[in-house]
Amino acid sequence: MNINGEFIAFFIFSVLAIGGAVFMINLTRVMHMALALAFTFFSIAGLYVLLDAPFLAVIQILIYTGAVSILMIFGIMLTKHKDEDKVAPFTVHKLLSLLGVGGFLAIVIWIIYRNPFFSTGEPQAAAFKVTDLGKAMFKTYMIPFEVTSILLLVALIGAIVLAKREEKK
Amino acid sequence: MNITSYLALAAILFSIGLYGVITKRNAVMVLFSIELMLNAVNINLVAFAKYGIFPSISGQVFSLFSIAIAAAEAAVGIAILIALYRNKGTVEADKYNSMKG
Repeated sequence: MNINGEFIAFFIFSVLAIGGAVFMINLTRVMHMALALAFTFFSIAGLYVLLDAPFLAVIQILIYTGAVSILMIFGIMLTKHKDEDKVAPFTVHKLLSLLGVGGFLAIVIWIIYRNPFFSTGEPQAAAFKVTDLGKAMFKTYMIPFEVTSILLLVALIGAIVLAKREEKK
Repeated sequence: MNITSYLALAAILFSIGLYGVITKRNAVMVLFSIELMLNAVNINLVAFAKYGIFPSISGQVFSLFSIAIAAAEAAVGIAILIALYRNKGTVEADKYNSMKG
């Protein structure tokens, strides 16, 4: 593989993303985990820029690094976390989970790298503009777009109804 | 750059998220790990949109829908978590066992 700017940028962003995710698993305080995960989301936005999806990168920063992280921090602050300073012991359950997930990852990586379907030389790359995305979104995928808006409305009302304090009778 | 690097990165992130979902006892962290898994899948979609056999903008559109649905899922998940916390007084996922037979 030749070393060029895209490779270096991919390497940096992927190391940041995986590092943030590993930190999220290993840290003990919940708020630190939230910050590590926000960092991972930010790195994934950088990967979207590399993949010729600048609109998705902006959306990723707005929705994930901004909205979802803040929502989760609200969830953390509205609940109590008593035993978060204790280091959790390494149990049999964790060992089995590690083995299972490791096996899954090994199988997936093996399939990705041995399949000649993907690795026949340098594939042709298509360049997209944001206008193409808008045309596809509002012409081809018009009905799913409207259905998504209804879904968001339902989720909004559902979240309010679920989180509302029940009246005492 | 070819597509295998992106697919491998997405697989690694997905596996880390899966490990978090299985092992974390804090319900907030389980929700976080689910978000990480959804993000890994989005990387796959965008990578196929650029480097797939048939490059197409549809991958990015699907990714946008996926982000919208993930945001709705996060909002409803936090609402359910707060309702559960109000009733049970804890965020430990192991303690939510009132549906156990």
